[in-house]
Amino acid sequence: MSTSTARTADASGTREPAVSVRGVSQRFDTGRGSVQALQDVDLEIARGEFVSLIGPSGCGKSTLLRIVADLVEPTAGEVRINGKSAHQARLDHDYGIAFQSAGLLEWRTVARNVELPLGLHGAGRAERRARVEELLALVGLSEFASARPSELSGGMQQRVAIARALAENPSLLLMDEPFGALDEMTRERMQAELLRISAESSTSVLFVTHSIAEAVYLSDRVVVMSARPGRIADVVDIGLGRHETAEAGADVREAPAFFDRVTRVRAALRGGPGGHPGVDDR
Amino acid sequence: MTDAALATMAATSPSTSASASTATPARRSREGVRRTATVLGAALLLVLLWELYKAVGPQDGGTVLGARVLPRARDASMPHVLDVLRTLRDPEVAAAGSRTVGAAVLLSAWFTLKVSLLGALLGAAIGFLLAVAMQRLRVVEHGLLPWVLLSQTVPLIALAPLVTGWGGNLHLGSAQWQPWMSVVVVSAYLAFCPVAVGALRGLQSPAPAAVELFASYAASWWRTLLRLRLPAAVPFLLPAFRLAAAAAVIGAIVAEISTGTRGGIGRLILEYAQQATSQPARVYAAVGGAALLGLVASGLVTLLDVAVLRRGARA
Repeated sequence: MSTSTARTADASGTREPAVSVRGVSQRFDTGRGSVQALQDVDLEIARGEFVSLIGPSGCGKSTLLRIVADLVEPTAGEVRINGKSAHQARLDHDYGIAFQSAGLLEWRTVARNVELPLGLHGAGRAERRARVEELLALVGLSEFASARPSELSGGMQQRVAIARALAENPSLLLMDEPFGALDEMTRERMQAELLRISAESSTSVLFVTHSIAEAVYLSDRVVVMSARPGRIADVVDIGLGRHETAEAGADVREAPAFFDRVTRVRAALRGGPGGHPGVDDR
Repeated sequence: MTDAALATMAATSPSTSASASTATPARRSREGVRRTATVLGAALLLVLLWELYKAVGPQDGGTVLGARVLPRARDASMPHVLDVLRTLRDPEVAAAGSRTVGAAVLLSAWFTLKVSLLGALLGAAIGFLLAVAMQRLRVVEHGLLPWVLLSQTVPLIALAPLVTGWGGNLHLGSAQWQPWMSVVVVSAYLAFCPVAVGALRGLQSPAPAAVELFASYAASWWRTLLRLRLPAAVPFLLPAFRLAAAAAVIGAIVAEISTGTRGGIGRLILEYAQQATSQPARVYAAVGGAALLGLVASGLVTLLDVAVLRRGARA
């Protein structure tokens, strides 16, 4: 496994990686025997690093993300987040999470949706209000604070979900195809916003996607997975200096280096053992 | 009953209540006026049909090969609507100072309303607790849900005297088992089922992503219940309560009839039915009282509905 060549800068100065996955396997027992969803996966994410998981359906990338989030218990192996067990990290609210569906609570206003984790974890009213204001400004939805989720477009709902994931200033962001249901234009804008947000808050991100272009555009490293059994086939270093380009406003998606990395990821997807190119180029 | 419950629940989805809450007050009141007019129009139409049949229908009913297929139209079987209204002013018995039929109907309906409200509350509480238990433990759901549904196939007529019998053997300290308590139990027995089924569906309605989200917050089961499952269940609970209220009224009336409990509208229907040959209008007056009772029970649930919507709009 290659070590990260991207920024490893860390404000707290500790050496612990943001995420460390060691020898993780996952076996699901179904009615007709068992399925090896993940086999012997090792992965390390440095602090502030943006890592994408990409692979065909059934390669276990969502399962891996859920194992990191301690929503699924792995059959074997160990996950550590900031040096703690994944379970402890969940109890300590070390990560924020966002799914493909925004999953907003329909009966709450936008502001009350964003403050949900703060309220559940006992933050005071004044603190919640200040933080929600800040977060809504960050995702550009300040005027919609008292709107209902049903009054928002899909892209806006997803921005609310991202604001909610960022509510507690997590050092780690876990995202499972958060832009999968959005149209192309919204998707590109959201990707740029996510880059800006993660750069500003120096958050580590584990990002699951189906899209090669999205993975290359966003990531420091792209982890290519293959299916049956789910395992890491290859790791592609991107190193496009995404944060710098994001700030400069230039579109990295038109640079030759971008196409070069896309080609490399695609090759890795095709070349993986038993790999099927069941990945789209959205 | 369950199919009806599910159908009503499907009809009242969260989106309909959302659209109602966003409607302007002017539009809502205009809608209210139109709806009231429709209801009154339907009642008027029913009266007209009744009188029309009396005017043209055969006095002794219509028979085909000895089987009666059309009801008798004569006054003893189908009194005029006006006669039914007039009989409300008649004294119940010939003795001086007797209450009027109308007063008897209203008093009995009021008695049954109280009893069926108690039954509805008791049934709703039991149904809701069962739903929470079924949501909490899948094994409870698998073991219990079929019995919840089967419970409604037990004939009420058979059940009511049994409950009275069991109640008579109960010793609640110095308190004695009262006949109306049996009526409350039977009424609750009918009311708990729609609430149990509706509440279970509601508590299970949050998307897997929402449940995972709460798990990612390390929220306890109790917190998840209060903040996620319960609010998500509200649009399922209101139609369930509506069904429960109707079922509680039916249960109370049937229990009154089959146990002969005094004071209620069920007993009154029974008494007036025995006088039907001489006073045919009275039965219909009592039946009208029972219908009024159902309307009031349904109206109470509507008030609850409006209160919840108001609160939701404010939050």
